[in-house]
Amino acid sequence: MRRFVVLFIVLVAVPLGAQSPAPLQVTHQQFRLANGMNVILHRDTTVPTVAVNVWYYVGSANEKPGRTGFAHLFEHLMFEGSKNVPEGQFDLLLEGAGGNNNGSTNNDRTNYVIDVPPGALELALYLESDRMGYLLDTMSPARVDGQRDVVKNERRQSYENQPYGMASLELDKMLWPAAHPYSWPTIGHMEDLTAASHSDVVEFFKKYYAPNNASLAIAGDIDFDRTRALVEKWFGEIPRGSDVDQIAPPAARLTSVQKKTLTDKVSLPRLYLGWLTPRFYAPGDSALDVVSSVLAGGKNSRLYKRLVYDMQIAQDVSAFQQSGALGSSFLIVATARRGHTATELQAVIDEELDRLRRDGPDAREVQRAVNQVEASFYRRMERVGGFGGKANQLNAYAFAGGGPDYFAEDLARYTSLSPADIRSAAIEWLPPDRRIELVVEPEAGR
Amino acid sequence: MSSARPRQFLTLKKPNFQTILGAAVLGVGSFLAALAPPVSAQRPDRSTPPALGPAPTLTLPAIQKRTLSNGLPVWLVEAHEVPLVQVNLLVKAGSNDDPTGKFGLASLTAAMLDEGAGSRSALEIADTVEFLGADLGTSSSFDASAVRLNVPVSRLQDALPLVADVALRPTFPTAELDRLRQERLTALLQARDDPASVAPMAFARLLFGPAHRYGTGAPGTEATLKGFTAADLKTFHSRTFQPANGTLIVAGDVTVDSVLPLLETHLGSWRGQPGQASAAPIAPAPQPQQRQIYVVDMPGAAQSQIRIGWVGVARSSPDYFTLQVLNTILGGSFTSRLNQNLREEHGYSYGASSRFDMRLSPGPFFAGAGVQTDKTAEALREFFNELNGIGAPVGADELDKAKNYLALGFPSEFETVGDLSAQLEQQVVYRLPESYFTEYVKNIQAVTIAAVQKAAATYIQPQRFIVVVVGDRKVIEPGIQALGLGPLRAMSVAEALGE
Repeated sequence: MRRFVVLFIVLVAVPLGAQSPAPLQVTHQQFRLANGMNVILHRDTTVPTVAVNVWYYVGSANEKPGRTGFAHLFEHLMFEGSKNVPEGQFDLLLEGAGGNNNGSTNNDRTNYVIDVPPGALELALYLESDRMGYLLDTMSPARVDGQRDVVKNERRQSYENQPYGMASLELDKMLWPAAHPYSWPTIGHMEDLTAASHSDVVEFFKKYYAPNNASLAIAGDIDFDRTRALVEKWFGEIPRGSDVDQIAPPAARLTSVQKKTLTDKVSLPRLYLGWLTPRFYAPGDSALDVVSSVLAGGKNSRLYKRLVYDMQIAQDVSAFQQSGALGSSFLIVATARRGHTATELQAVIDEELDRLRRDGPDAREVQRAVNQVEASFYRRMERVGGFGGKANQLNAYAFAGGGPDYFAEDLARYTSLSPADIRSAAIEWLPPDRRIELVVEPEAGR
Repeated sequence: MSSARPRQFLTLKKPNFQTILGAAVLGVGSFLAALAPPVSAQRPDRSTPPALGPAPTLTLPAIQKRTLSNGLPVWLVEAHEVPLVQVNLLVKAGSNDDPTGKFGLASLTAAMLDEGAGSRSALEIADTVEFLGADLGTSSSFDASAVRLNVPVSRLQDALPLVADVALRPTFPTAELDRLRQERLTALLQARDDPASVAPMAFARLLFGPAHRYGTGAPGTEATLKGFTAADLKTFHSRTFQPANGTLIVAGDVTVDSVLPLLETHLGSWRGQPGQASAAPIAPAPQPQQRQIYVVDMPGAAQSQIRIGWVGVARSSPDYFTLQVLNTILGGSFTSRLNQNLREEHGYSYGASSRFDMRLSPGPFFAGAGVQTDKTAEALREFFNELNGIGAPVGADELDKAKNYLALGFPSEFETVGDLSAQLEQQVVYRLPESYFTEYVKNIQAVTIAAVQKAAATYIQPQRFIVVVVGDRKVIEPGIQALGLGPLRAMSVAEALGE
């Protein structure tokens, strides 16, 4: 479970290097309605599409004990109808207009995306505003039951019935202290999904689904004035809710090496190494993205080259900084080839981490990584909708506090890095003696 | 990864009990609302959804067609919004062209293109590509192979020589071949751990059989992988990678005048070898004559992975547009009947869908889902309810919804340079008419209820479908037997995959 909209993890980027860079700028309007809702508008007429993207500032980190998975279950309920939109009509109306929609939940936020032709912009705003204002009017225990079953099947499909799926749930438990809200999985524990009730839905909606806890970004083939008027028309009447308290998580720090071994219905052993690292956009965060690239981005990266390319004792290796609002984690994951062990992989990984801490990367390694990040920024400029489009990114930056058009500043976090910065980050944040080591071994008989 | 609603799309018949209870609560809600003080003077009228504006129009930039001096066709679309360019060198040969006994050759050949080319080693190629911030992919499908470059336009000049080396001058080093071979053998081993991977592989094998190319995955089998030599790859490459068999697709922030000389410099001197570059399309596989159930045992599985279907149609089917609409209604969208039933109405699954996999020859039609183990039989019953039900005339509203979903959303499928080039690839590989894109909406809107019914009668015959269920046999088999769907055969994963 990734905990933020991974800015670069997809990472393949684009270099601009010496040539004159194209302006990395997303012109927009931002305003706030009287009820506190933030609104961001951006015009891009490449194709006749409009992306309507809503972020609610609530995720699984806001859940209470015994109700893990609730933020995500709630997300599902947002598609099941509201006062003026009978059950099923949300999707039927949008598909009939040529639109697509989806939603996702992570630790920090829940987002909803609707991509429609321009002629259906008002329909999308009507549907979004009706569920923001009037979800509870037609909510029922039966609707909760229906999506509870769907979500349990989502969990079965993505975890129980997925090779190594249970390990990904175990990682967060090992990394974060029990009272920290990142210690439980966004998908939730089965028994907590069973316990979720209609009254939980009512309470959660009233607490978190108010306009003052939301941000609406609209990007695409729009007219600013008309769109602003439509937003005011449909969202202006929704009453402001109470302010939401900031989460006050307990301190999270690993003080030793914690080891664990699981068995799974798999053929090959897999090793996970994990560390706690700086929260998103904090010093060290972007350097750790580059560390991940130096370690496991491409054939020439240090771990890939040794484990997969030269020694061929691993089938795959990956490394990534999972950035979140309350903190981040850095993971290295490698799968052993048949006849090889997690212990062998770990020995090589530790040699390479030692070397990186001792000597740092060379200039070309860093430049190669930064060039890829840079290219990825341009690729993200191409699409307005979906989870990877500009509307979602504008909301992501607004959520993080930098303002919606934080693209150039964000890129500068990478282009300003030196090899010494990368080495420092590896020394400070990836120590050998304060981390978790999780191994998944094949069940007996495999 | 965050938890998301499924992207798989599925559908709707009215839910029963939920609607009833929902209506009851609606009454209470309205009562409370009546008591609440007015919040705002000018509330919008929410009693009916806002009307839709005019349909979007697809303003596809012109496809500019040129030819390099060696006869290689160039299709170029200008897109100046972002300083990126996509360059795809496509050849019309893929797994379709694998020789008998060498299934997997096209796939491995494509994967090996960037493992050594011209004077460059695999590591040098990777380093250069990454340093340029480029994406360079080499892959094949059943019907084509391609080298695809996405790069900031300022780096195009530096990246094109790589494309030329990789596509035209691969060296197929033995050490790299052995490495990729081991990687692929290991991937085959890993696929058997995953019910969602086993199901489509078993379905293809049981439907098409071991001799037909579509019965084996594109990467081939353990036996074929072990047999490939560098000479096999060289022969396949030189036979299929020829200008007469290729097309260069360019989309992005370039003009034809600026980019054509560059393309000529790097690709214009490419000469092919005489001879037949592509094999004839594969002969269609025979249809199953009667329903057959296969239970593939994966003890302890939390879900059963279901695939139901038979041989579908080729991409050249005259019923293409009708089938798009039909499948959108059946299992090709979130509100499709299968998704609505299996997910929204019954909660058996995170998502159910169906698909016609159209290739140069008829690929599979299948409906599928992962369903919770203890509801496997119930889920199968609902699958067949929907597969049988699609034979009756569809509703006018349902038809309109599906047509509008496809037609109104179509213009958005040309947004990125990758989208544009992918659309053009389809046109090249499947020899679609020049007017294909501009006529698409009209062709979709022309589909009628009668046409859908006729297509359903022809292409959806559930009494002849095979059913593959990958799951915990001891738990699910009794319930499946009791359904009486047809003869049932239980087998191991190895047996289902023909090993």
